Order: sequence, then structure tokens, then C-alpha cells
Amino acid sequence: MNQSRKTIVIASVLLVVLFAGAVVALQKIDSARGKDAAIEEVLYLPSGKTVKRLSLGYSSLLAVVYWTRAVQYFGNRHLQDSKRYDLLYPLLDITTDLDPQLVVAYQTGSIFLCQSPPNGAGEPDKAVALLEKGIAANPEVWRMYFTLGFVHYLERKDYKAAEQAFRKGSEVPGALPWMRTMAARMAEHAQDIETAMMLWRGIYETTHDKNVRDGAVKHLASLQAEIDMRELRIRVRTYHEKKGVWPTTWTELVRAGLLGGVPVDPAGQIYKLLPEGGVWVEDPSQFPFLDQAALAS
Amino acid sequence: MTSRLSAIALNTFREAVRDRVLYNLIIFVFLLVASAPLFSQISIDVERLILVNVGLSAISLFGVIIAIFIGIGLVSKEIERRTLYTILSRPVRRWEFIAGKYCGLMMTLLVNAALMTVGFMIAVMITSHGLKAQDMHLLVAVYFTVLEFMVVTALTLLFSSFSSPIFSAILSFSLFAIGTFSLDLRNFAASAHGITKMFALAAAYLVPNLASLNVIAQVAHDQPVGGALVLYNTLYTVLYSAAVTAGAVLIFERRNLK
Repeated sequence: MNQSRKTIVIASVLLVVLFAGAVVALQKIDSARGKDAAIEEVLYLPSGKTVKRLSLGYSSLLAVVYWTRAVQYFGNRHLQDSKRYDLLYPLLDITTDLDPQLVVAYQTGSIFLCQSPPNGAGEPDKAVALLEKGIAANPEVWRMYFTLGFVHYLERKDYKAAEQAFRKGSEVPGALPWMRTMAARMAEHAQDIETAMMLWRGIYETTHDKNVRDGAVKHLASLQAEIDMRELRIRVRTYHEKKGVWPTTWTELVRAGLLGGVPVDPAGQIYKLLPEGGVWVEDPSQFPFLDQAALAS
Repeated sequence: MTSRLSAIALNTFREAVRDRVLYNLIIFVFLLVASAPLFSQISIDVERLILVNVGLSAISLFGVIIAIFIGIGLVSKEIERRTLYTILSRPVRRWEFIAGKYCGLMMTLLVNAALMTVGFMIAVMITSHGLKAQDMHLLVAVYFTVLEFMVVTALTLLFSSFSSPIFSAILSFSLFAIGTFSLDLRNFAASAHGITKMFALAAAYLVPNLASLNVIAQVAHDQPVGGALVLYNTLYTVLYSAAVTAGAVLIFERRNLK
């Protein structure tokens, strides 16, 4: 083997071995710094506006980086069932300072912010602030008003503010007609489960974010179970009124002609029939948003 | 072998000095020391913060610019002037030439960083009326900057071993920019699925990890840097730079210089 070939072989082996070593060292660095290392730099930043000035005209590109960081931060915390999302709002604020037209950051970010922990940051007021900032920068986007109405309605229970948001949104050119319907429902049927279902269905159909979509599916399943259980309790009470005793199995209700078959919940499991007319789901963990008060009612 | 390596390294260093590269130091030190007292007059309570951010960022940026602009000409200049043929006609192997050039440029950058750090620490001393124990964290940030130079120098040398100076500069700057966002790239890879995950992971480990070498914001707020991070960053830089230099040797060894 001549000298040159020998050098090539040694350099090739070194290249592979050293690079593999570098990968291992990098994994050690990541575990030493923690998952949120890139995100935590937000603690040292004075404001989004300063970051924008320093971005030398590449603010839109940087906004995408910060938006990705916000999604990753939320995703990591969500997986850990965390109760605290301290950096979420600063990350979203910087993202939207860098690119005020990044509509997805307002819409999806506000859903992340408004829901109670561990499903979100439990900061509906900050969600409203973010959406109002978004509406000021993008008044032509009617979906932003929808999300604002949604946050007011479901998380802040401020039905008046929700009605105003839906009404203003319905006046934006291009808004879907059901925005006007939502405004009317806020005035008349604010606390109906059906209204909540309409809103969650709207979120499910408009979002592109997997976390929000999964959350909407869970909310819809929980609300459907509540509607089912409310109806089943009525049937059980009717049975009691007719027969003078509480039913112990669903078959008794089927035989009495009060039910078409054994009822199953949205997860596909048979509803539990409790003593004295109570109805509950077999596995409550499948329905994290089920109202506990529904058990008593 | 050692004498041949040190001869090439020293020659590279001397050439950089002849090119008046170190003149930037005089400008840097003069500007920083002279402007230090001004920081207290244009800002309230954050004069040290501004000084640390400006000073450390300047040391890093000046070094990276020097590494790239000298690095891109290390091989091509020698070919252009035909001095490479004189060197290689002596008992100097090609890998020794590459390794010597790397050491020479690193020597230039070390002297550069050391002198800039002296100027920077004087400016900190003037602003803070003396040095505190926490100011030692600043030296860790400078050390990480030197590690950054090691990576950038190796990459520039790799590109200059097979391409033109302009193309080498573009590639080196691009990788430097991507490297500063390497942690985002790894986070993205972790949350991706399927084939996207594979590509993202490969890219994330292939690009230089410069994100963890930047602790300027942290030390500016007097936050200490963990010993484990210092150790692993050193280990990573040595292994990655050596791997990239091995790549440069591999390419240069196969290159037809006729």
C-alpha cells in the first residue's frame, strides 16, 4: 500500500469514528442543557420589537423559528402533563411582534394559552390579549373573531364579550353566515351544551394544528357523552315512574321499549348504569373534559 | 513530522500578520475601551449588560469573519502562487499541509481572541469599577467562542480543499448561520415522523452545533455555565473539528493538482 492510499484509509476511518464520537458528545450536550435550551433564551430578550430590529430584515424568517419554538415548547409541556407554561406567552408575543401577519400564531397560540392546565396554559386573559393584537394587525381575518368569541365563551364565560366578538366577525367581508348564528346563540342559549359543541366543531374544522385538533376531538367526545347521559337519565327516570323500581340493566329499558339497544359512549364502551338512576361512562380517562357535576345531575 | 507541521503553521500565522489581519484588534480595543464610559451615560442600569453583549458578540463575529476570509484562501492561494508545488516537492505530506494550515489559522485566531479579551476585560473593569467573581463566567463565554472558531476553521478548510474561494465563503457562512440554529433543527427532528425525521436527524447531526457554544446572553446576566456543558462542548468541538479536518485531508489527498 503506497503512502497516499494509506493516508486515505486512515482519514476515512478517522472521519467515521470521530463523527460518531461527535454525535454521542452532542447527545450529552443536549441532556446537559435540557430540552428547552433554545427556548429559554427568550428569558434574556428585552422584547420582540428589539429582536425585530436586530433581525436585519429577516424578521419573517425569525418569526417562523419562534413560532416553531412555541409549538415545540407547548408540545413538550403537554406531553409532561405540565401545570406551568411560563414561556408560552413571551414566545407568542415575540413571534407576532416579528411577523404581525402570522395568523396561525394568534389563532392556535390563543387556544394553547386559554385552556386549563394540563391541556393549556390556563391564561385566557393573555389569549384574549394575543387575539386582540392579531385583530388589530389583521382586521380582515374573520376567523380571528371566531377564536376570540370562543375564548370568551368557553374559558372566560363572558357571554356578552363572546356575542360582540361573533357579531363583529360576522360583519367582516367573507365571514361565514354561521358567525351571525353564533352571535344570536350567545344571547339566547349561551350555556347550552349544543352551543359548546358547535364551537368545538368550528375549532376542529378550522385548525391545522395536531395538538388543537386532538384537544377538540376530546372536547367533542366529552360533550357528546354529556348529551347522551342527560338523555339516558331521562329514560331511566321514566322507567322508574312507570315500574316503581330503578332498572339494574340496560336490557330492562330495551324490553320496556324505552331504548332501541344497549347504549355505548363515544369511546365504544357501554354506559354504566348506577343505583338510583345515575349514568356514567365506563372509562372516565377517555373523556378528560367531562363535567363531574354531570354525575350528580 | 512535528517540525514540518509547526513550520507550515508558523508560516500561515506569519502570513496572516503580514496581511495586517491583526489590525482589527487595535480598532476593536480602541473602540471598546474608549466607548466603555459612554455606556453609563446612554443607558440606565444596563451599561454592563450592553458592554458584555457588544464585546462578546464582536469577539465572536470578528473571529468568524477572519476564520472564513483567511480560511478560504489557504489552499487556493498556494495553488495560485504555485508555492504549493514547492512545499509538496519537499518531504511534506498533503495531510501535514492541511493540518499545518489548520493549526496556523487557529494560532492567528487565538492571538486575536486573547488580545480582544484583554481589551474587553479592561472595558468591563472600567464600567463595573473593578472585576467581580461572576466576571469569570465571561471567560467561559470567550472559551466557547474559541471552540466556535475551531469548528468554523475546520469547515472553511474543508471547503477550500475542493472549491473556489467565493464558493467556500458562501458555504462556510451558510453553515455558520445554520449551525447557530442547530438546536431548533434537532428539536424539529425530534418532533417529526417517518422519512422527514430521518432526514432532519441526519441534517441536525451533520451541521455544526454552534447553538450550545453561544452563552453570551446567559453570562451577560451573570448566570453560571455548568461544568458538564464545558466538558461536553470541548469534547464535541475536538471530535467534530477533527472529523471535518479528516474530510479535508481525504479530499485534498485525492485531488489532482497537476
